[in-house]
Amino acid sequence: MDYLLLQMLNGVQLGLLMFLLAAGLTLTFGIMDLVNLAHGSLYMMGAYIAWTMISWTDSFVLGALLALPVIFVLGLVVEAVVARRLYVRSHLDQVLATFGLILFFNELVRVIWGPAGKSIAVPAFLNRTVEILPGVPYPAYRFAIIVVGAAVAVLLAWLVARTRLGMLIRAGASNRRMIGALGVNIELLFSLVFGLGAVFAGLAGLMAAPITSVKIGMGDDILILAFVIIVIGGIGSIKGAFIAAMVVGQIDIVGRAFLPDLLKTFLSASAASSAAPAISQVLVYVVMAGVLVWRPTGLFGQRT
Amino acid sequence: MIAALRTPRGLITALVLLVLAVLPLLTQAFDQRYLLSIGTRIVIWSIAAVSLNMILGYGGLVSFGHAVFFGIGGYAVGILSAHGVSSGWIQWPVALIAATLWAALIGALSLRTRGLYFIMITLAFAQLVYYVGGGLEAYGADDGLNISRSRFPGLIDLRDKATFYWLCFAALCGTLWFCSRFANSRFGHVIRGAKSNDLRMTALGFPVFRYRLVAFTLSGTFGGLAGILLANEGAYISPAMMSWVKSGDLIVIVVLGGMGTLFGPLFGTIAFFVLEESLPPLLNLFAKGWGEYWQIVFGPMLILIALYARGGIDSLFGQRS
Repeated sequence: MDYLLLQMLNGVQLGLLMFLLAAGLTLTFGIMDLVNLAHGSLYMMGAYIAWTMISWTDSFVLGALLALPVIFVLGLVVEAVVARRLYVRSHLDQVLATFGLILFFNELVRVIWGPAGKSIAVPAFLNRTVEILPGVPYPAYRFAIIVVGAAVAVLLAWLVARTRLGMLIRAGASNRRMIGALGVNIELLFSLVFGLGAVFAGLAGLMAAPITSVKIGMGDDILILAFVIIVIGGIGSIKGAFIAAMVVGQIDIVGRAFLPDLLKTFLSASAASSAAPAISQVLVYVVMAGVLVWRPTGLFGQRT
Repeated sequence: MIAALRTPRGLITALVLLVLAVLPLLTQAFDQRYLLSIGTRIVIWSIAAVSLNMILGYGGLVSFGHAVFFGIGGYAVGILSAHGVSSGWIQWPVALIAATLWAALIGALSLRTRGLYFIMITLAFAQLVYYVGGGLEAYGADDGLNISRSRFPGLIDLRDKATFYWLCFAALCGTLWFCSRFANSRFGHVIRGAKSNDLRMTALGFPVFRYRLVAFTLSGTFGGLAGILLANEGAYISPAMMSWVKSGDLIVIVVLGGMGTLFGPLFGTIAFFVLEESLPPLLNLFAKGWGEYWQIVFGPMLILIALYARGGIDSLFGQRS
């Protein structure tokens, strides 16, 4: 029972990380109509920039706090140089150009930080366990991710639902020409949304770094999962992205944790341990296919 | 036929095909074995690119998972060969049927969606197969598997590089022939009409979904053919054959060459491989040691192509009649 609880918490933690990535993605698509494959590169850059900052300052928290503004600026630069030109283009052009961005960033990282992966240590004050229930310890760092992720999700919900910027974002998502015609500076709005998305992606990357590792292409696989999430949730819907991220997080982790034992009942041990991660990843795509067959625009997507 | 040679496009196309047709003789004469292996890969990738162009170029359906057919074709051959079924007469039809059935299945599900949803669901199905391939412990999992080449006893020996090249070239010619028949048929016109306005085609009484499904399935069959050849080229299969980057590369190739043109994908493949082979030494000329970072130049080139190269290489040869 405790094991199940721990694994479910891991699923929540993974889901929140993916939500941070998916939120920026769904906003850029919902508002700017941009398919941004390079969103995963911002996730990777977040981890690498944080690695540099943390090496400089010798402090995880300080380094992370310094890294976020840098990523915001990086997001603004990417928007101004490439993304802005793509808003009015076809999805195919966007896929092509942002695919080029991925190649560029992967190679840039190799030039600046070298081909070998980096690792970020779990900060000392979080390198212990907390008792989430009496007698059930849980790694403090993973717990911190859940706390930060949940806080950012709440912040985002507040931002979108309660602030002037959020009002413009929602208006932009339903009709961006109209809010432009009403005198809103949509170029500035688009830049801000892109920068915000970059910060969320970078935050997810730097928080994930101590658990996984900082390596080239680390954003690519998780990006595809993030796309799956926004497609399941319905493109442009933050609520949908959140729910889908939670579901996908659970499927992935619980699948990995319990499938091996399940498979061992009829497969050899080595075959089971190699097949289980594959099957849990396949499950995610099966769920997506199922949702799209049932609702071709996702759970909370706008009907066309 | 002769009249077509008078236009620059016709002349260049004929020259390219001619060079491709005699490539093994050329590489032998100049003793450049390596060039023949690049040539073989160019021809195989062209088949896949032509097949993607049927749905992407003519149909306007941005399938972001076309490399999955490399994998299906390749794994069908590889798995059969691992179980001792080495005859190409069995392997190839099984692989083609597998690719066709899979294309029909994912087409039936994906074509219900539009726009970004379609891009992502085709990508997701490709990833699904990719992860299955990575989970097949018996067939090498992520590391892939060395296989023996398909055997056609008494007919041809695929281990001979020149013979294999000519087989691939013949397959390419067949694919191009099919594609030209497809593009100019009534069927192809419905597909092209649906690209510009599918509501209108529906209103005219065409069951657009069914037409697209057939086109998607045929495209998958030819993609599977490319997969069979790719597995035989390296005598090796691995999930990397169908990674999403390869699907991206195929889209790049089609757009680079010219969407919805018969020979565009062929030009695109040649340009893509020439860039891939020539950028590293070129960069090394300017700055020693930078050759290995060639993608830092290639990435921005893709952005420029996406932004400014309307019509691709094919449009450089003048207006289409």
